[in-house]
Amino acid sequence: MRRVVLIAVPYLWLLALFLVPFIIVLKISLSDYALSIPPYTPKLDFAAGWEGIKAFFSALDFENFTFLTTDDLYWKAYLSSVQIAAIATLCTLLVGYPIAYGMANAPDHWRPTLMMLVILPFWTSFLIRVYSWMGILSTEGYLNQLLIGMGLISEPLTILNTNTAVYIGIVYTYLPFMILPIYATLERMDASLLEAAEDLGCSRIQAFWLVTLPLSRNGIIAGCFLVFIPTIGEFVIPALLGGSDTLMIGKVLWEEFFNNRDWPVASAVAVILLLILIIPIILFQRNEQKQREAEG
Amino acid sequence: MNQSVFEPWNDPNAKPLIQFKGVTKRFGEFTAIDNQTFDIYEKEFFALLGPSGCGKTTMMRMLAGFEAPTEGQIWLDGQDIAPIPPNKRAVNMMFQSYALFPHLSVWDNIAFGLKRDGLPPDAIGDRVGEMLKLTRLEKFAKRKPHQISGGQRQRVALARSLAKAPKLLLLDEPLGALDAKLRQDTQFELMDIQETTGTTFVIVTHDQEEAMTVASRVAVMDDGRIMQADTPANIYEMPNSVYVADFIGDVTIIEGTATRNGNGYDIAFAEGQPSLHAESEIDLTDGSRAALAIRPEKVSISAEKPENTRNALQGKILDIAYLGNLSTYHVELPTGQIVKAQAANTRRLSRRSFTWEDEVWISWTDTAAVLLEA
Amino acid sequence: MRRFTWFNATSLTLGFAFLYLPMVILIVYSFNASELVTVWAGFSTKWYGELLQNEAFLDAAWVTLQVAVISSTIATVLGTMAAYVLVRAGRFAGRTLFSGMIYAPLVMPEVITGLSLLLLFIGIGLDRGVLTIILAHTTFSMCYVSVVVSSRLVSFDRSLEEAALDLGCTAMEAFRLVTLPIIAPAVISGWLLAFTLSLDDLVIASFTAGPSATTLPIKIWSSIRLGVSPEINALSTLLIAIVAVGVITASLITKRAALRQEAEERAAIRA
Repeated sequence: MRRVVLIAVPYLWLLALFLVPFIIVLKISLSDYALSIPPYTPKLDFAAGWEGIKAFFSALDFENFTFLTTDDLYWKAYLSSVQIAAIATLCTLLVGYPIAYGMANAPDHWRPTLMMLVILPFWTSFLIRVYSWMGILSTEGYLNQLLIGMGLISEPLTILNTNTAVYIGIVYTYLPFMILPIYATLERMDASLLEAAEDLGCSRIQAFWLVTLPLSRNGIIAGCFLVFIPTIGEFVIPALLGGSDTLMIGKVLWEEFFNNRDWPVASAVAVILLLILIIPIILFQRNEQKQREAEG
Repeated sequence: MNQSVFEPWNDPNAKPLIQFKGVTKRFGEFTAIDNQTFDIYEKEFFALLGPSGCGKTTMMRMLAGFEAPTEGQIWLDGQDIAPIPPNKRAVNMMFQSYALFPHLSVWDNIAFGLKRDGLPPDAIGDRVGEMLKLTRLEKFAKRKPHQISGGQRQRVALARSLAKAPKLLLLDEPLGALDAKLRQDTQFELMDIQETTGTTFVIVTHDQEEAMTVASRVAVMDDGRIMQADTPANIYEMPNSVYVADFIGDVTIIEGTATRNGNGYDIAFAEGQPSLHAESEIDLTDGSRAALAIRPEKVSISAEKPENTRNALQGKILDIAYLGNLSTYHVELPTGQIVKAQAANTRRLSRRSFTWEDEVWISWTDTAAVLLEA
Repeated sequence: MRRFTWFNATSLTLGFAFLYLPMVILIVYSFNASELVTVWAGFSTKWYGELLQNEAFLDAAWVTLQVAVISSTIATVLGTMAAYVLVRAGRFAGRTLFSGMIYAPLVMPEVITGLSLLLLFIGIGLDRGVLTIILAHTTFSMCYVSVVVSSRLVSFDRSLEEAALDLGCTAMEAFRLVTLPIIAPAVISGWLLAFTLSLDDLVIASFTAGPSATTLPIKIWSSIRLGVSPEINALSTLLIAIVAVGVITASLITKRAALRQEAEERAAIRA
């Protein structure tokens, strides 16, 4: 009896506030799929388009205007989200790996402090961390002031409101997600493995390529997924740092909802976004599970 | 009538404290306990001994109430305990990990069970004091479990499980976490405490030396069955199966064909070798397979062929294990069979009489070997 | 003993400079007297004064705090229950769905969570306001709490609970007297995590908040969309300071506790 209550309370809560809302979103888009029985072309824009038509019929507003322009917008937004997320993940890895490596090889009594320094930004507001770059990257911002002051450039660079600013923002805010799993694998690595490699004739750098890097593979994979997955649906960073030509699906969804007030289209965008995310999520989980099995 | 001998299992009038009645326990397809029936008597120190996975822990957890038998019944003091949940049983358990509550002091750990019983504070204080004294922990009452040594932790666990004065105390590998020296001391301490409190102890262990030292009776288990339950001396000297003989102590097993001869049997074990003789009460038909189990300390080793024994074999020394007080010789017979012989090193520094590759004679008396069905 | 090599020291210095410089600049310029954020015109605390006069910000801060305290508390209770179910309840009908619903919100983009909850609230005719934000925040926070607590429960020595039962506890007493005190640190850090997630959340709150309730992130958002403002710099500095003090105090307390425990253990071995 007690067990039933224990299971039922969180279960019902999640059913009511996670699953049911999601089914509502799904239902809207599915009923549209039913309208569009014809071929299921790989072009997702048709689905999104039919959403627009449905919205038009049910809401009788100006959705069919958008419909004509939507296909292209959504299609590109999805692609561009994945592309931005992939490039940003790579950048984060390149920035994060040396830090994780430096932490793992720091003196023992330093490590808790370094660890805390990496985690501390987690607890500070995401919004503020993104905001802090606005002052740095703007045309009259601190970075341009510094570079002009040093005489490196004469005209201020335009960084804010470009994709570059989005990459910087993503690397900055998601860096801890990359550092921590890599650090965890590097820290667990047996130092005598490197000594063995050197003993067997490797140079320091060869030992790194042949031993350290392959052994930190799991941390790298985990870190990349932890950055890649949330970045695809990211809204705050492209909205604040990106420009009008920065296309990310989270931003499109938000605008669809708040600016265009088109809820049916927004929910269709959401469903497709989730479908795109399922692949990396499944891959990530499989990787985690393999790792757990390997550790017994 | 010798009253000092404690062996209620030989007394037909003794009432058992615990009775396993055809108990079987299955986990899915796996049979952990296979239709076992046996009794444990009051004030016994009963050891369940066996390799891991033999079912000894399952046996104990059924007594504690954490598992229920699939078939059969377990009786405690003439009552089926199946319907009684663990928190209502007059049985307490000392856990292998000790399971001391890390957030409570030693005193509070020991008082934990007494408080559950709703005893008045004075009575709890008295009883905890008594337990601290029994386990010599008075000085550590205010410490937390992580602030005391492993041996002290073990004693807290013991005190905590004894505090409620259970009819039966279960000990799951109680000394497993201690180092060898401390383990030996603690074994004797356990026996003292068992005697002082008069509680029935059931101990689970995989350490045969420990079981032999502490227990009044040892049950050797394998594959969910008790192979033999008897006093340590009987288990060692009169094993009832090759498995038990092999499991307890060092032994040489020689298999052969038995033929009745006088009070025992002649065992022909190999072409060209003399047959061996062993006195035995077991009943074998002539020509059936049998096994001789011989303990190394009962085998003599000599350079010349010994007189007046029927069991003498010639062989070559293959290995010598020097153990300090003893040396064990592995002697290889021409058939390839290896027989272990043990000799006490009574003299210091004297030249050892035998060395590798020496041709020697090994021999034993008619009653030294135990004859078992193969 | 490992020592800093030239390479490691450089990568750590650059890395942490990257992580902390933007915040340091933000803090420094929050004391800038000039209205033009990027031009330094002398030290001043006037933006802090203006911030504390700004009723809209104070109201939003109050709403945010209420939402965070209530939602993280409910989320901690529900999340701990869920963790217990995940680790201990064994098999039951719909277990896979249950664990799926615990883990899915962790990877679900916030825009989707926000949108779906909004459609639900509209569907059942619930007016958007403080209550709907609390419901939304509780739902995603409980999943984080249950992950934190279940990772502690997995390593929890089950024989401690069995020992409590053996010594006469009912299942409830065993949880209250033994399990809960031992997993308390995980439950507390789960609460803290839920609390900061709630304080931080912009996206889900934007979807589920109505005109009657505005949280601090929503307020900040609407003012920074237009660009950098000295008032927001001051507000950010205050928030960063609160978090830094909180985290550093907490870690000092745990460190001191660890040191004391170590000293006691050493003393115990000598005894």
